[in-house]
Amino acid sequence: MIVLEKRPQPSKAWSYATPLVAVIATMIFGGILFALLGKNPVEAIGTIFWEPLFGEFAFYYRPQLLVKGAPLVLIAIGLSLGFRAGIWNIGAEGQYIMGAIFGAGAGLAFYPLDAWYIFPIMVLAGAFGGWLWAMIPAFLKVRFGTNEILVSLMLVYVAEQFLASVSLGLLKNPEGFGFPGSRNLQSYESAHNAELIAGSGMHWGVVAAFIAVIFSYVLLNRHMLGFHIRLTGEAPRAAKFAGVNPARLILFCLGISGALAGLAGMFEVTGPSGQVSIDFNVGYGFTAIIVAFLGRLHPVGILLAGGLMALTYIGGEIAQSQLGLPAAAIQVFQGMLLFFLLAFDLLTNYRIRAARSEVA
Amino acid sequence: MKFKSLLTTATIALGLATGAVAQDKTKVGFVYVGPVGDGGWTYEHNKGRLAVEEHFGDKVETVFVESVPEGPDAERVMTQMALDGADLIFTTSFGYMDPTINVAKKFPDVKFEHATGYKTADNVSVYSARFYEGRAVQGHIAGKMTKSNTIGYIGSYPIPEVIRGINSAYIHAKKVNPDVEFKIVWAYTWFDPAKEADAATVLIEQGADVILQHTDSTAPQAAAQEAGNVITFGQASDMGEYAPMPRVSSIIDNWAPYYIARVQAVADGTWSTANTWDGIGPGMVEIGEISDAVPADVKEEALALKAALADGSYHAFTGPLKKQDGSDWLADGETADDGTLAGMNFYVEGLEGEIPQ
Repeated sequence: MIVLEKRPQPSKAWSYATPLVAVIATMIFGGILFALLGKNPVEAIGTIFWEPLFGEFAFYYRPQLLVKGAPLVLIAIGLSLGFRAGIWNIGAEGQYIMGAIFGAGAGLAFYPLDAWYIFPIMVLAGAFGGWLWAMIPAFLKVRFGTNEILVSLMLVYVAEQFLASVSLGLLKNPEGFGFPGSRNLQSYESAHNAELIAGSGMHWGVVAAFIAVIFSYVLLNRHMLGFHIRLTGEAPRAAKFAGVNPARLILFCLGISGALAGLAGMFEVTGPSGQVSIDFNVGYGFTAIIVAFLGRLHPVGILLAGGLMALTYIGGEIAQSQLGLPAAAIQVFQGMLLFFLLAFDLLTNYRIRAARSEVA
Repeated sequence: MKFKSLLTTATIALGLATGAVAQDKTKVGFVYVGPVGDGGWTYEHNKGRLAVEEHFGDKVETVFVESVPEGPDAERVMTQMALDGADLIFTTSFGYMDPTINVAKKFPDVKFEHATGYKTADNVSVYSARFYEGRAVQGHIAGKMTKSNTIGYIGSYPIPEVIRGINSAYIHAKKVNPDVEFKIVWAYTWFDPAKEADAATVLIEQGADVILQHTDSTAPQAAAQEAGNVITFGQASDMGEYAPMPRVSSIIDNWAPYYIARVQAVADGTWSTANTWDGIGPGMVEIGEISDAVPADVKEEALALKAALADGSYHAFTGPLKKQDGSDWLADGETADDGTLAGMNFYVEGLEGEIPQ
C-alpha cells in the first residue's frame, strides 16, 4: 500500500521541479488526447510549442508572445504579493476592466487634443481605476471583516456591467453609426500605446511588466515590507509578534495588485485592443491566477509562466487552424497544465512511501 | 515600418511560393466567434464552409479557428491565416471589424469578408443578411399565438442589427394583436447557454409564453420546453430538434450560396469589394418549417407574409410608423431606407423600456 507522509519541511527540489514535471505530464497526456482525436500527437505538440518560437513565421509570433504574455505577467505579479501573504484577490479581471475604462476615458476626454502629457495621465488614471476597484474589497475586509475572495470576485461582474454601460453610452464613438464601442485609440496618436520599436511587440505594457518583475523581486528579497508579506503568509502568529499591521498589509497588497491589473487593462485598451468595447475583457485577470501559481508566486517564475501560457494560447491557435484541432481540446490542454501542477505540488509537502498494510 | 516591410516581403515571398500551387488551390480561412457546435450562428457559418468544401472539392482548402475573442486575439488569428497563405478570410462576427481592417492593411493581396460590419476597404467586403425580414414572420406568428399577450425577447447586444429585429418582430406582432407587450432582456453575449437559459426562465416567470432570442445557443429552447406551453423560434439555425414544440419555426442563415460565390470570385480573380445585404428573396434568410403547433390559418398568413417579403411587394418597415418617443418616422406607405436601418438605434412606438446607453 502507498501512503502519503507529510514532509517536516517542504521539499525545495520538488518545488522547483513540479512546474517542469507538470509541463512534461501535460505534453504526454495532451498528446494522448490529440491522438484520440485522430491527430498526430507529436505534430500537434510540436505545433503548439515549436511553431510560435522557431517556425517559419516566428518573426511574427515571437513579438505576439510579448503582447499576449505582458498583461498576464503584470497582473500575476500583483496577485502574487497578496497570495504570499494569504490575501486572495480573485477579482483582477474587474480591476483590469476598470483600469481600461479609467485610462481610455482619461485619454478620450482630451480628444482630439495632441499633447505629450496625455498618455502619462492615462497611465496614472488606469492604475488609479484598478486601485480604486481593489480598494472596495480591501476596505470592506479591514472595516467589516468581509471575505475578499467573494467581494473581489463579485465585483468582476459589476465591472463588466460598467464596461457594457460605457461602451454603449459615455465612451461610445460618436462617429460609430450607433454601434457600441469607443473611438479606436490606435488612431489617436497622443493616446496610443504604440510599439516602441515597430514589429517588436514591445509596447509600454511589456516594459511595465518587466519593471514589475524587478521591483517585486527587490521588494520580496530586500525590503522589510516584502519580509512582512512573506512572514504573514508563512507564519501569521510570528508576523503579529514582529509588529506587522494586518490592515495596512491588506490595503497594500490589494491596492498594488489592483493598480497593476488596472495598468494592464490600460495598456491593453490603448495598444493591442485599441477600443473600449463590451467584450473587451477576455479573461486575463483569471488566467493570471494560474500564471501566478504556475510561477510559484516567484517574480522570475511568473515571468516564465506568463511566457508559457502565452505560448500555449498562440500555439493552440496555430494548431487549430493548421491541424484542425477543436478549440475545446486546446482548452483541455491548458487545463491539464494547472491540474498537473496542483497534483504534483502534493509532492512538495508530502512524500510517497510504500507502507506495509497492517491487519486490523 | 520594419514590421510592415517584413510582412510584405513575407507575403510576396508566399505569393511567389504559393503562386504556382495557388492556381489550382484556393485557401479560405474562417474565424468564428463561438464553437462550431453552438447550434446557431457559428454552426451555420461552418455549414457554409463545409458547403464550400463540397462544392469545390480539391480546388479549395479551408481552415478555421473557433471561439476567437473579439480584439487582439482575432487580429492574431487572421494574421496567422494570412501568413499561412490564405487567399480569402471570412471573419464572422461584428466585433472583428477593426481587427479585420488592421490585418487587411498588412496583407493587400489577401481578400477579407467581414460579416455584419460597416467598414470596407480595397480588399475588405462586408456582408450581412436582412434578418429583420425573418423577424417580421416571427412577430406575426408570435402575436397570433400568445395567450398571455406577453412576448419575451432575449437580446444579445443593443446594436442596430438586434434592435432592427426587435422592432420588426414587435411591429408585426402588434399588427395582429394590439394588446401584445414585449419584455426585453439583454444578455450581453452571443453565446452563453447558462445566461441564455436564465434569461428565458426570467421571462417565462414574468408571464411570457413566447420567447424570441437573438442569442445563438439552444438553451432558451430547452428552458421553454421545461416550462411547457411556451413557444420559441430557432435562431440562426433551424434548431429542429426542439420541433414541433416549443420551437414552432425558425430563422435560418444560409451563408452557403454567398460563400461559394465569393470563393469562386477569388479563384477567378474577379473578386471586388462589395457590400451585400440580402434577405429572404435571394435565400440568405430562410424561414424554417412552421410546425403543426401553429394553426393552419396562421401558418398560411405567415407564409403569405414571407412570400411578400421575398418578392419585394412588402417591406418589413412600412409606414405609418412612429418612434418610441412619439415622433414621426415613416409616413403612410413609406418604407425605411437602408441607411436608417443600418444604424437603427431607436425603438418604434409602443415598445417599453430603453435601449441601454
